[in-house]
Amino acid sequence: MYRYDDFDRRFIEERVEQYRDQVRRRLAGLLTEDEFKPLRLMNGLYLQLHAYMLRIAIPYGTLSSRQLRMLAHVARRYDRGFGHFTTRQNIQFHWIKLDETPDILADLASVEMHGIQTSGNSFRNTTTDPFAGAAADEIEDPRPFCELIRQWSTLHPEFSFLPRKFKIAVSGAPEDRAAVRVHDIGLYMRRDEAGEVGFEVMVGGGLGRTPILAETVSRFVPKRHILSYLEAILRIYNQYGRRDNLYKSRIKILVQSLGIERVRAEVEAEWAAMDRDQLTLSDEAIEAMARFFPPPDPNPAPADDEAFRHALANEPAFARWVEYNVAPHKVPGYAIVTVSLKEPGRTPGDITAEQMELVADLADQMGQGEIRVTHEQNLVLPQIRRVDLVTLWRTLVAAGLGTGNVGLASSIISCPGMDYCSLATARSIPVAQRLSLALAPREREIGDFKIKISGCINACGHHHVGHIGLLGLDKNGEEAYQITIGGSADENAALGAIVGPSVKSEEVVRAVDTLVDVYLGLRAEGETFPDTYRRVGMKPFKEALYAPH
Amino acid sequence: MAQSGVHRLVTANRLRDGAPVYRADDGQWVTSIDAAALVPESEGDRLLEEAQSGPLPLPVVAPYLIEAVREEGKIEPVTLREQIRAAGPTI
Repeated sequence: MYRYDDFDRRFIEERVEQYRDQVRRRLAGLLTEDEFKPLRLMNGLYLQLHAYMLRIAIPYGTLSSRQLRMLAHVARRYDRGFGHFTTRQNIQFHWIKLDETPDILADLASVEMHGIQTSGNSFRNTTTDPFAGAAADEIEDPRPFCELIRQWSTLHPEFSFLPRKFKIAVSGAPEDRAAVRVHDIGLYMRRDEAGEVGFEVMVGGGLGRTPILAETVSRFVPKRHILSYLEAILRIYNQYGRRDNLYKSRIKILVQSLGIERVRAEVEAEWAAMDRDQLTLSDEAIEAMARFFPPPDPNPAPADDEAFRHALANEPAFARWVEYNVAPHKVPGYAIVTVSLKEPGRTPGDITAEQMELVADLADQMGQGEIRVTHEQNLVLPQIRRVDLVTLWRTLVAAGLGTGNVGLASSIISCPGMDYCSLATARSIPVAQRLSLALAPREREIGDFKIKISGCINACGHHHVGHIGLLGLDKNGEEAYQITIGGSADENAALGAIVGPSVKSEEVVRAVDTLVDVYLGLRAEGETFPDTYRRVGMKPFKEALYAPH
Repeated sequence: MAQSGVHRLVTANRLRDGAPVYRADDGQWVTSIDAAALVPESEGDRLLEEAQSGPLPLPVVAPYLIEAVREEGKIEPVTLREQIRAAGPTI
C-alpha cells in the first residue's frame, strides 16, 4: 500500500498541531462554535446526538494490520470499545470527547491516517473494489489510480470551494463491487480495441434527496490522461455548479440541467484548451505508484488439502461460509475472504476493538498483512491461501466473525440512523436487527438479496439501490418507512421504485416478508429480485403489500 | 410545582465531550433531564435567551428549546429524537 513520504508525514503532523491549538482555543472560549465548526469538520469531527463523532479516512478501503490495530486502540482508549465501518469504506467512532481529539489524531498520524476530507464540500474518500489487486476478473489493480486521484484531489487549491462535496469511485473489474454509478464521478477500467487500458468516465450519479445514475461522459480516457480529464470535469462543475441552493448543488443536478451532451462538450472543450502536460501521467509515474501495490505472490498454492475437504464435507457451516464469503482469487490456490460484520441481530458494520485486533493478527499470519473495508460494511482479507481457510474460519467463528451470509438477506447495509445521527428522521439499526433475524432462517432459499436502510433522505445507507430499500421517515412524530424495490448498485445499476405509502416501524418485517414471498412465488430460474421485478413490474408486489391482513 | 401539558426546556451538547445536557433552574447544565427547568411555552424564549447569554464562554454548544412533559415526577421529551438523546441509543 501507499506509504507516506516526508512531505506527507510533515503535513499530517503539522495539521495535528494546528488542530490541537484550535481545540485549545475553543475550550478556552477564544473561538466560537461558528468559528470552530468548519475547523473540526475539516478533520472529520462531527457533533451528533450523544457525543462527538470522528470519521477517519481509509483511502479506497485499504488498511494495513498496523493501522487496524491503531483503530482498535482508538476504540478502546477513546471510545466505547467499538467502531462502525461506513458505506464510504471509512470508519467512524461515535463516543468521542472533543478534548481528546488532538491526541487521537496524533495517534492516527503515527500510522499514516487522518480525518481530513471526511466532511464538508471537499473531495471525499475515493472508493474502489474491495477485491482490488486480488480479483480474478479485474483488468488491473485500480488502487494506484485511486491513490493518484487522492493525491491530486487532496487540498487541490482550485477546488477548495466546490459547490458541494464530491465523491469518486473506481472499478478495475467488469463486476462492479464499488457502486460506481451512484458517484459524482465513476470510473470503470476498460480496454480499447488496441488493448490499451484506460477508463470509461461516468458523471452525475448520486443518491440522497435526488437519486440519479451517472451517465457516460467519455467511453475511453487513456490512463495517462485520467487526472487531466478529471480536472476538466471539476472545472466545469466549479464554474457552473449551483451554490445558491444546497439541494441543487451536486454535479448530478448540473448534468440533469445541462444534459449529458452539453456537459460532454464543455468538458471536452476545457480538456482541449487546458495545459494538460502538468497532469499527464508518465509510464514511470504510474509504475512508481503501482510499486506501492505489489501484485500477490504469483506462485500457485494447493487448491485444497485433507482438512479443507473434510471440513467442506462434514461441517455445513464451513461449507456455507466458503460458498458465500470466499471469492475467486487471480492466483490459483488463493482466495479472497469477506469477514462478515453482519451476524443476524447485531449492528451492521460495527466491530469491537478485540475483533479488530484479531482480524489484524489473522491478516499478518495468513493474509500478507492486508485488510480491506467494503462499502457493504464488511472487511476483506484479500490474500488467503485456500489451505488456510479452515483455520481462518474456526478462528473467526470463535470471535463472532464467522457468519456465512455475504450477499444474503441478513447482510444488510444500514446507516447509524437516529440512534446516533443528528440528521436522522428515524432509526435504522433496530430495523436492520429485526429484519436480519427474521430473514436469516430462509435466506439461502432467497439467494442473492440486498436490503439497504437509511434513516433519512441523505441516503447514507444507499436505500435507493437496494433490492429492497427502506427510508426512515418522521410521519407526524411516528417512525415510518418508505419502501423501494428493484434497485441495484452493481454493473446493472438501477434505482428502486417506491411501492406505495410508507409502513409503520412494527410493520416493516411483515412488509419485507411479504415482498420476499411474492418474489419467491414469481421468480423464474436464476432470476434475482431485480430481474423478477423488471419482468413482472410493480403490481404484484404492491397488491400483496397493501392487501388487507 | 404541579405542571400539566406540554412545556419547554433548554438542551444543548456539552462542549468538552458532546454529552446531552439540560439547563437547570439555577443556570447549571446537568446531564439528567429530570433536573431540567421546565417552563410553560410562553416562558421558553426567555429561558433560551438566558441560556445563550452566559456566563460566557458557554460550556455547551448551540442551546435550543424542546417540548417535554412531566409525568409522575419524570420529564419526558415529546419527540423520539429527544427521547433517544436523553436515554441513549435504543440498541
